[in-house]
Amino acid sequence: MPIIDVRNLHKRYGEKVVVDDVSFSVEEGEIFGILGSNGAGKTTTVECVAGMRPTDSGSISVFGRDPRRDRDEVRERLGVQLQEARLPDRLRVGEALDLYASFYRSSADTGQLMERLGIADKRDTQYRRLSGGQKQRVSIALALVGRPEVTILDELTTGLDPQARRDTWDLIEDVRDSGVTVVLVTHFMDEAERLCDRLALIDAGRVAALDTPSGLVTRASPGQQVTFRAPPEFDEQVLAARPEVASVRRGGSQVRVTGQGNLLHAVTAVLAREHVIAEDLRVERSSLDDAFVALTGRALES
Amino acid sequence: MTTGTERRAPVSALLRIAVTEARLLTREPVAISVGILLPTVLLLGLGALPTLREPSPEFGGLRFVDTWAPMALILGMGILCVQHLPSVLAAYRERGVLRRMSTTPVHPGMLLTAQIAVVFAAAAVSAALLVLSSWLVLDVEPPSQPLLFTAAFAVGTVSLIALGVLVAALAPSTGAANGLSMTLYMLVLFLGGVFLPRHVLPDFLVRMGEFSPPGAQLLLESWSGSVGDAGLPQLVQLAIMAGVAVVAASLAARTFRWE
Repeated sequence: MPIIDVRNLHKRYGEKVVVDDVSFSVEEGEIFGILGSNGAGKTTTVECVAGMRPTDSGSISVFGRDPRRDRDEVRERLGVQLQEARLPDRLRVGEALDLYASFYRSSADTGQLMERLGIADKRDTQYRRLSGGQKQRVSIALALVGRPEVTILDELTTGLDPQARRDTWDLIEDVRDSGVTVVLVTHFMDEAERLCDRLALIDAGRVAALDTPSGLVTRASPGQQVTFRAPPEFDEQVLAARPEVASVRRGGSQVRVTGQGNLLHAVTAVLAREHVIAEDLRVERSSLDDAFVALTGRALES
Repeated sequence: MTTGTERRAPVSALLRIAVTEARLLTREPVAISVGILLPTVLLLGLGALPTLREPSPEFGGLRFVDTWAPMALILGMGILCVQHLPSVLAAYRERGVLRRMSTTPVHPGMLLTAQIAVVFAAAAVSAALLVLSSWLVLDVEPPSQPLLFTAAFAVGTVSLIALGVLVAALAPSTGAANGLSMTLYMLVLFLGGVFLPRHVLPDFLVRMGEFSPPGAQLLLESWSGSVGDAGLPQLVQLAIMAGVAVVAASLAARTFRWE
């Protein structure tokens, strides 16, 4: 049974439809991504999952329970890190963790948790004195302090510098490896591609596609490209005879082959047979960015 | 991933939040110096002027410091309940502190309750400091009717707190909360007679002090015993403050937004 199951979720604010028929399910132990541009309805969706907002229609089950009817039970087992939720300026990191730990039936050892998140030396530092990356770590720590089975992390790396983003990514993988199911809300393609086992691509309140990152890419553009540089005496048209190859083009020494299936093997086999030394051989895959454009008809602004 | 610790008693959540909020208050130099110390410092400062320590027929044979001591008290109550409290609550809402707490098993109402308790305690500390130091240093008589004074202080503080929470409930932002609370604060001080000695206030303003929080007239009567021309009975004044508190609190409860 999926640990989170969302069926036909609808949510509107006044006249504005924010979530328009969203369905997905999250399996235990995975990093599930919810990807979409700002205003696509991602945050509203996870707020409904966390029981923070009533739904207009559709059903949500978390641990097989209704997050609003059984809110006490769900809150014990679900940790949420919200976008732009801060702490009082003068609250110390250690105090915040100890306080939030006391809210749960069973809680993590806050000293170990700070150690794991690399903020142990900030235990006595006031929140206002932390850097953006440290604040995010505190936020993650607060989402984990109740030893949740599932954690929802919303726009975790927005506003972080590249190094802090990469560190945060490692951290999220650690969290998953420790047995916590992660729901990651993001509008960053690279983040979704790097971290998520599966992801739902949300556009204008609907699920545009739901697959693994590579599945999405393949679905959007099933073709592959192999490029290499070959000496002028090589007749590239011998490649066209292979069934995997769809087209071959040459510009100067650069040869570009498109096709399906095990294209790379087909190309290298031909090159070996012809005793051609190919230089700069590379496989080009389309990216999740390309997939997003193909699946939603627009680019993801970030 | 980590070893767990057993849950503390459920009642401890409120206590722990209150202790944390109290600690945060002690780290706010402005709230401490202005909210808790200023009334005492002002009164002692004024008392340093010899003329204000002379009995004067203008004050019915009392000294300025005797009649102004309850006004200093209202000054401090106003800063804590009407200015500090709404700005803290509005900031907690705007910064997502309440929202974050709503994702945990503890309702953010606990934080609101804890904050109110801490502000009440701070007002009580401020009042105790004022009564004690004015008695020991300026020889201002301690409240002549201690029970009534305590009740008037408690109910008056609660009525201001209710108004403060109402401001936080109605204000769309922290900035708006600060503006609104400043206006309310000025109004409280004006009707309380803090800006002008009560004997130069027009009669209707003196009467307003019987109706408007925190009940300046009652604090004055129960402290310095200068009843003046008797207006409403004391218990009625007490009941009016309690009524204001109930109405403001229920309006606040109805309109308070957690995010």
